[in-house]
Amino acid sequence: MTQKILAAAAGLDKVEAGQLIEANLDLVLGNDITSPVAIKEMDKFNAKGVFNKDKIALVPDHFVPNKDIKSAEHCKCVREFARRNEITNYFEVGEMGIEHALLPEKGLTVAGDVIIGADSHTCTYGALGAFSTGVGSTDMAAGMATGKAWFKVPGAIRFVLTGKPAKWISGKDIILHIIGMIGVDGALYKSMEFVGDGIAYLSMDDRFTIANMAIEAGGKNGIFPVDELAESYMKEHSSRAYKIYTADEDAVYDETYTIDLSTLRPTVSFPHLPENTHTIDEIKAMDDIRVDQVVIGSCTNGRLDDLRIAAEILKGRHIAKGMRCIVIPATQKIYLQAMEEGLLKTFIEAGAVVSTPTCGPCLGGYMGILAEGERCVSTTNRNFVGRMGHITSEIYLASPAVAAASAITGIISGPDEV
Amino acid sequence: MNAKGLVFKYGDNVDTDVIIPARYLNSSDPAELATHCMEDIDKDFVKRVKKGDIIVAEKNFGCGSSREHAPIAIKAAGVSCVIAETFARIFYRNAINIGLPIIECPEASKGIEAGDEVDVDFDTGIITNLTKGTTFKGQAFPEFMQKIIASEGLINYINNK
Repeated sequence: MTQKILAAAAGLDKVEAGQLIEANLDLVLGNDITSPVAIKEMDKFNAKGVFNKDKIALVPDHFVPNKDIKSAEHCKCVREFARRNEITNYFEVGEMGIEHALLPEKGLTVAGDVIIGADSHTCTYGALGAFSTGVGSTDMAAGMATGKAWFKVPGAIRFVLTGKPAKWISGKDIILHIIGMIGVDGALYKSMEFVGDGIAYLSMDDRFTIANMAIEAGGKNGIFPVDELAESYMKEHSSRAYKIYTADEDAVYDETYTIDLSTLRPTVSFPHLPENTHTIDEIKAMDDIRVDQVVIGSCTNGRLDDLRIAAEILKGRHIAKGMRCIVIPATQKIYLQAMEEGLLKTFIEAGAVVSTPTCGPCLGGYMGILAEGERCVSTTNRNFVGRMGHITSEIYLASPAVAAASAITGIISGPDEV
Repeated sequence: MNAKGLVFKYGDNVDTDVIIPARYLNSSDPAELATHCMEDIDKDFVKRVKKGDIIVAEKNFGCGSSREHAPIAIKAAGVSCVIAETFARIFYRNAINIGLPIIECPEASKGIEAGDEVDVDFDTGIITNLTKGTTFKGQAFPEFMQKIIASEGLINYINNK
């Protein structure tokens, strides 16, 4: 599927794994951390301006609302660049969101697109049948100037998802299970293609979560077939024409894994790698793991479904004494919907705080930094050493259901335990 | 072209968060980033690293975030080459794009220890452990890649063309 999209974008009939191609880009993305470096490179570049002001998205989301003077200067740099180049899709605080939740919601990413973003979780848009991958700032600069990028065509690993997941089993449990199975470099340089009848049971938000974490297995991209649900999502959010590509019957895969979703259990990644997974049953058999903080949000799990699940568990209950629970709706639209549905009231009454959209705590920026030795259950995507704060702090990656349940009990718990 | 220096050795999955923690990403100044390079995995690195030194690691070096600040910090700290069994793909691209030489060589990764003196010949891909008197064959750097490195990055290389 990925190879067909890349062939079309390169103007070729067919491409093979390992082939070097130059592809036309439908969208180039950057945020407040990566764009300033790209803009500096653009200034060095002899090119005049950007290739297409409608095909660039600049989303300050990591350290906004500005966390300090240096961050404010970075955001100013991005804002002024957007103004100077009349960038259509620049999103100021108040209209923004976490980039990978925002762009599909704004209809800027559709099936068949080729997208690069100077953020590793750019792979999220594969949920809609697009080819999208993370790059660095220099590639972003070259992309903004020329509208093209070179790629080595990846080989593919196929994940056949079958069966219906049990209650509380979400996209997060599925992708953590997969990373636990193949390791953090299990899909290095490769495309991860998710297929099978089990996909019909996954909401778009589940699929965004799964594609989002392809990078955590080393993948170049993650991609889903486009079904009726994906089509109706795109029709609802975008006026752009989309193009559906399907994998050939005889498509070649480097490996195939079959996963029966009905057998999956709530899954948690222990410090300090996403591959260190344990099921909730294994955790129950261990000594209690006390938790200081819970974060529910991020480009991985800050969407409406995620908040609904967390609220369902937190409703009428209160978080443990001494617990800090931080809920971050991923976009302004999600924030508003959560407010209208009464989810924010549920969170606040349960003792949680609710923040405006930001990547903040996920990467140890602000809004929930961990002190020495503290533990956090987080719906984010990385649990590396020092990722959310002090180098002795610990991050346990989990679904919104496990995170909400753990906030209530104060120890890592499954949703059935509250 | 070649690189020659003393080795700092690390294991599997050295991620970009330990190469340059996000708490310092409110700066994009290479010299400032270099003062925090490898801080969360090796707090003495910055004190001990000398111009020309070489980092040798095992699997999946540079995994995680797409921050180009990671290879920028390593290069600005004075490191002349990174050798690893494998690299995460975004880090690989970023390193070449900013002109930091990197080379994949599983045998060298196994056969080199911290403190060894190592020479890397970019034309041939030959890695020599001068301390132990052993050699390893990595992939030679193609001419365009050497030119990008000599130009101190892709943008300068394109401008010079």
